[in-house]
Amino acid sequence: MTAPTASPPTPSEPPAAASPSRRPPLVDLVRRSDWRAYVIYIAFVLVFLFFSVLLHGSGFLSGNNLLNIFRQTATISVMAVAMTFVIAAAEIDLSVGAVAGLASVVTAMSIKDSGPVAGVLAGLALGLAVGVLNGGLVTLLGIPSFLVTLGMLGIASGVAMWITSSAPQPILNDAFNNIFGSGTVAGLPVLLVWTVVFVAVGAVVLTKTGFGRRVLATGGNRVAAEFTGINTRRVKFTVLVVSSVVASVAGMLYAGRLQSGRFQWGAGDELSVIAAVILGGTSLFGGSGAVIGSLFGSLLMGLINNGLILAGLDVSQQQVVRGVIIILAVAVARRR
Amino acid sequence: MTGVAEDTGYAVRMRGVHKAFNGVPVLHGVDFELRRGEVHALLGENGAGKSTLMKILQGVYSLDSGEIVVDGQAVRLTSTHDARAAGIGMVFQEFSLVPTLSVAKNIFLGREPRHRGGLLDDGESVRRARQLFAHMGAELDPRAAVGSLSTAYWQLTEIAKALAQDARVLIMDEPTASLAKHEVEALFALVGRLKAAGISIIYISHRMEEVYRVADRVTVLRDGRRVIAAPLSEVSPAQLIEHIIGRQMEHALVWHERAVDRSGTPILELRHVSAGPRVRDVSLTVHRGEILGLAGLMGSGRTELARCLFGIDRVRSGQVLVNGRQVQLTSPRAAIAAGLALIPEDRRAQGLVLDHSVRDNLLLPLLPGLRRGPLLDDRRGGRTARSLIEQLRIRVANPSRPVRLLSGGNQQKVVIAKWLATDPTVLVMDEPTVGVDVGTKSEIVSTIRELADQGRAIIVISSELPELLAVSDRIVVLRAGAVDRELDRRDIPDEEHLQMAIQGV
Repeated sequence: MTAPTASPPTPSEPPAAASPSRRPPLVDLVRRSDWRAYVIYIAFVLVFLFFSVLLHGSGFLSGNNLLNIFRQTATISVMAVAMTFVIAAAEIDLSVGAVAGLASVVTAMSIKDSGPVAGVLAGLALGLAVGVLNGGLVTLLGIPSFLVTLGMLGIASGVAMWITSSAPQPILNDAFNNIFGSGTVAGLPVLLVWTVVFVAVGAVVLTKTGFGRRVLATGGNRVAAEFTGINTRRVKFTVLVVSSVVASVAGMLYAGRLQSGRFQWGAGDELSVIAAVILGGTSLFGGSGAVIGSLFGSLLMGLINNGLILAGLDVSQQQVVRGVIIILAVAVARRR
Repeated sequence: MTGVAEDTGYAVRMRGVHKAFNGVPVLHGVDFELRRGEVHALLGENGAGKSTLMKILQGVYSLDSGEIVVDGQAVRLTSTHDARAAGIGMVFQEFSLVPTLSVAKNIFLGREPRHRGGLLDDGESVRRARQLFAHMGAELDPRAAVGSLSTAYWQLTEIAKALAQDARVLIMDEPTASLAKHEVEALFALVGRLKAAGISIIYISHRMEEVYRVADRVTVLRDGRRVIAAPLSEVSPAQLIEHIIGRQMEHALVWHERAVDRSGTPILELRHVSAGPRVRDVSLTVHRGEILGLAGLMGSGRTELARCLFGIDRVRSGQVLVNGRQVQLTSPRAAIAAGLALIPEDRRAQGLVLDHSVRDNLLLPLLPGLRRGPLLDDRRGGRTARSLIEQLRIRVANPSRPVRLLSGGNQQKVVIAKWLATDPTVLVMDEPTVGVDVGTKSEIVSTIRELADQGRAIIVISSELPELLAVSDRIVVLRAGAVDRELDRRDIPDEEHLQMAIQGV
């Protein structure tokens, strides 16, 4: 077949734009548009350089401060990995922050009663239960995930306040606090290790396994995925379950770092997590996802917080600046 | 899949296929045979049962009775998965690809090649996709995201996807409808190669000349029955058209000759208008009280012409005159201001807010005029809505019922009424009777006549020739975006004649 050598007209592209290039016509097109996928890295480098210059005397570049950024963003980064799958499958999970908070108190209370192993298992079981509920309501009853998880946000944070009477639950078990918070592995903070493990596993699963491909297909065109023989309901169910389980792990990371379970841990995190994922280049409409991008989205927000604190801005100003940067980054990365 | 082997030269044999929807029979015992390695054209008017028959073969619908034999094996196709397993590939128009994934990933979706450890081997997918395209003689980068490609490449990807699944039967439904000319040639070359490789192809098209170029044999369906199956060398285009249409004109649609005064300034005049990707150098006039029919094959530029008249596609060159004054149709608002109204093809998606009430839909274009101070005048709105409902005889008990509860015909009347409310001088209707039963069809036809009698100029676009013949005073035939010929209705003796004109035979 004498296939067209010039790119054929598409609705958005007038025929005049075709060029008789020897290269496959689309290579050019992809090259031209793909830089947008790297906006997060460009933004990360720019912000990093900006603070390096601005704050060179304030210890911004010290190893300890940089590791601190990892420590502070670990919970967001870990949840963002799972949220990448949820959003790539064209769903949303607004309950992650509240589930993390609930998991932190459930874990803390179980540790006090029955020891650290039981505590971890209780936290994971809670995440699993919430995830099955979320996933079941979305896939079996067909309720939009936005509504199901919005309701679950209220339920989970309400339960966390209720069972603790809003009181912090201290964790006195050093092993737990080390593994999930303040410990180190080969000189690296354990929270950094957790982040790296989750990101590595998430990145491989999304790009290199059949499950990851099914997630992307489900989010990209559900009908096509169904016609290809993919059980899209199972895909959606699975990503929602995984998201809740991972949120419960994040809750334990909060508990370990802060040596207590408390209903406020994770409150409002869902917005930071979603912002990290979208900043990282995952399409809010589903069908594409970038786990490493999500990590950098999370790190970028941590970087901004950290830099602004060192620069002496207070919390209210930090929020404004962070909001502006998020909107700017997404506006620049937006595809026409 | 179950069954006993049976020697035949047939890739697919369907026998005595019956299918009814909600008790309404659509297929009355249809037989269909596809020989190995042939291109078989499947023809028939809209609603003749072609797509139902093909959906049964694809496992989308199950048959009520009858049998399907694929490669000598009797099969039961209860899902698309069964059909694929039986070697039947489908080239859907649009919805079987994931736009965000690359060509290679789409081709192997669900059956990805893997490394020994179980991880996906995308490099291998790309290599195999390259081989497939080389085999097909097509040039396409397997790493490009499908969403960034044009229709021609989507089709290639779909064909490659089917071939990668070892499909031995391909169903192509109007494959050339959205292709440019050189792409059509490329597609025909590909069809030839596939045939040579022993693949059997069912080719659905309304274009006679294409059918004669690519197909070996033909089956014509009419009203859910097979009326002929023969080698194309044994039937002439005129005979085929006769089979497609049938002799009996049992339609309730009758043409009435209407007196149209064409002496004054035309209400709408197009002078050498080119617009969008398809419309090329179109000149036409519509006079006061006249109904102009626009005929042409799918992709001939009919809908695109309507879009440009409504300011959706920009006019590139040429002039549009309303009542002798030139107008700039830069947006739908500008078009409305110039006195034009478009009743779009897809009423559910483009014409109505389905969950809103009949009343709210009717009043939508009128809102600015219904204000009293900053608020809406509810009582005046209610009166206006009731008078429109009466005028068009819309059957609805209560104007505050949601539009989605109305029948297709009544929904269409709401769309028409909605635009009448703006009192347009030119009304463009794109497929006004799609999905409407025969009774409502003739009501819509008489509504169109009444609207013309009130002094409006009306353009009706339709693929249904009986309707077009019933309603039009003149018919303009479009072909490849340009006016091919202009016919006075009095000079068209019958549907066959018009069909020939459209086919350019």
